[in-house]
Amino acid sequence: MTETLSDTRPERVPLPADSSEPFLVVENLTVQFPTYDGLVQAVSDLSYTVKLGETLGIVGESGSGKSVSSMAVLGLHDVKRSRLTGSIRVGGKEIIGASNSTMKRVRGNDVAMIFQDPLTALHPFYTVGAQIIEAYRLHNNVSKSIAKRRAVEMLERVGIPQPDRRVNEYPHQFSGGMRQRAMIAMSLVNDPKLLIADEPTTALDVTVQAQILDLIQDLQREFGSAVIMITHDLGVIAEISDEVLVMYAGRCVEKGTTKQILTWPEMPYTWGLLGSIADVASDVSKPLIPIPGTPPSLLNPPDGCPFNPRCPHTDKVEGRRCFTELPELVQFPRQTHPTRCHIKDPDLIWETEVKEEIM
Amino acid sequence: MSAQTSTPIGESGQTPLLEVNDLVKHFPVKSSGVIRRTIGQVQAVDGVSFNIYKGRSLGLVGESGCGKTSVGRVITRLYDPTSGSMKFEGNELATLSSKEMLPYRREIQLIFQDPYSSLNPRHTVGSIISTPMQVHKTVPRDKMVARVQELLEVVGLNPEHYNRYPSEFSGGQRQRIGIARSLALNPKLIVADEPVSALDVSIQAQVVNLLQDLQKEFNIAFLFIAHDLAIVRHFCPEIAVMYLGKIVEIGDRDQIYLTPHHPYTQALLSAAPDVKQAAIGGRRERIRLEGDVPSPINPPSGCRFRTRCWKAQDICAAEEPPLLEVGGRQVACHFAEPLQVIVPGSMADVVSGNGLPGDGGPGDVAGNGAAAEAASRRGSTAL
Repeated sequence: MTETLSDTRPERVPLPADSSEPFLVVENLTVQFPTYDGLVQAVSDLSYTVKLGETLGIVGESGSGKSVSSMAVLGLHDVKRSRLTGSIRVGGKEIIGASNSTMKRVRGNDVAMIFQDPLTALHPFYTVGAQIIEAYRLHNNVSKSIAKRRAVEMLERVGIPQPDRRVNEYPHQFSGGMRQRAMIAMSLVNDPKLLIADEPTTALDVTVQAQILDLIQDLQREFGSAVIMITHDLGVIAEISDEVLVMYAGRCVEKGTTKQILTWPEMPYTWGLLGSIADVASDVSKPLIPIPGTPPSLLNPPDGCPFNPRCPHTDKVEGRRCFTELPELVQFPRQTHPTRCHIKDPDLIWETEVKEEIM
Repeated sequence: MSAQTSTPIGESGQTPLLEVNDLVKHFPVKSSGVIRRTIGQVQAVDGVSFNIYKGRSLGLVGESGCGKTSVGRVITRLYDPTSGSMKFEGNELATLSSKEMLPYRREIQLIFQDPYSSLNPRHTVGSIISTPMQVHKTVPRDKMVARVQELLEVVGLNPEHYNRYPSEFSGGQRQRIGIARSLALNPKLIVADEPVSALDVSIQAQVVNLLQDLQKEFNIAFLFIAHDLAIVRHFCPEIAVMYLGKIVEIGDRDQIYLTPHHPYTQALLSAAPDVKQAAIGGRRERIRLEGDVPSPINPPSGCRFRTRCWKAQDICAAEEPPLLEVGGRQVACHFAEPLQVIVPGSMADVVSGNGLPGDGGPGDVAGNGAAAEAASRRGSTAL
């Protein structure tokens, strides 16, 4: 870690001196929330990296910790109500334990976020323009009129028609897709190097979803930024991600390139996810294969592998290890990418048992 | 079933369970102030016709605001239709008073989208499920608990949980409670309004399978309203595509998905994310629609899709295209012609490498390489 920067530096964090380090490095991140009922282990031992120009897809069910982990990257967890350990480095700068003033310079400037619901993420009392101008002037010492010109320019860039008129309108005057575009404009106004998109298209129609995904990809190509795409939709992941991280019960259970995950998944949970989705071209006479049961409580997760109550393959591991021992995220010699599973030869099971059934 | 699917609309010999003809639902727009004059009409549903047959499913797809939910609510008479007819087993429903409607409410039930807001948090599951049976007096009081437990078992919940409150259940379980409630009166038709879109992927599959099992077991017809094209295709042999209050294309599953004729259907299908396509390293050619859906208060003249359509010409603004039979389905377009957007075939073909279009191309480096590697490793382990 190159902690050479002083906190008084006003401008953005430069690339780390050791430029081989990816822009975002998350190491052994653990996020816990103490509650009256006990300790919620929202994220446990999560590590990943994202390079500039790359897109990482994080997929998982609700409550799997995918949003909590990315909010930690922005330092959005209240220190009084959460316990964070591990390390998050954005451009070489440590985020965990950083002061509020440091975080203010990082947020929106180096790292920006697109939220799921643009209606609640935009302030209803202020015009869209005012909100973009505020975001710009926080990090750039410019006059209001220059900032407004920048806001109009950004609205135009994200494909909002008549941006010079739209800049003075309120969020409720925008349609859902327009609002999401406006929020993307706001998050990109400071040219962030890392963009976190938390279910950016879940609330949108398919045609608008396609527009927004295209837009995010175009902008990424143009600005060369790193993107984290958080979603529960494997279709979106398939379209946009270079790498995929599958999360379950606060842990990474499988990590690989998008192709590896989609064509050679090696973890029973990923098999379940693939079996659960209907495809626009698949055989309709085959029933969907759902994952039985529901995700575990993070207050007291099951012993051993957290997926064991729903896993149909626990009998393939000797000595009931699935129920007693938490598997490590490792790559066995016969695997193409790391998984958190005791099964030593997942490709064989995939090939002989699972593939026919779910594909 | 397969013999009938080629002529799904009105010609299958059997009389439809529900016959909807030229259904219209307009909502008045009032001015502000003391005297609230009507200053316009939201044309939510504007002349929709379709048939639903006993024990079969019709899917209704379209973007938000296209009127698909309004159709469902009019059919269940939660909204009164502005005009048009709906015949349920030959009986006209559109003009019935609420008292006359009562016996038909038993036959047509609704499953709501949001399992959180559609269950009263202060009522127990037992009381939620038994209320329709109390209202319609179908089950005597002393047999009520047994019937509720039976229904809970049918939808895959623990029958002992009838005394619990909705907050004690997860989203998928709540949706099952909603389904149990809709089954309580043994309906012939269920209007399922986005029944799975609020659920997680792994739970969606559970609920879709449950609905399919129930359909087989009780021979229930479904009007399945959803925006997820893949789920609709999986569930419904017949599909209607709506745009701005009108049906633009209606036909059987394969006709709609493999040879869509209406430009809007083509655009919708091309926008659907496709895991399979992405897995082979490509992406299907997307038809980008410009702009947003126009306001239903003041829809465009002629064809309503013309403002976003790449085929639009003068005739589209002047004349509204009628819903006509073209290539086995009905389509409302002056320039209807087939365009294949989706490549048929299953994920298994992709994984096993059959018909990989991008073989050896620049697009497929990691995945296929890894797959081949894994395959060769498996070969060596077998030896």
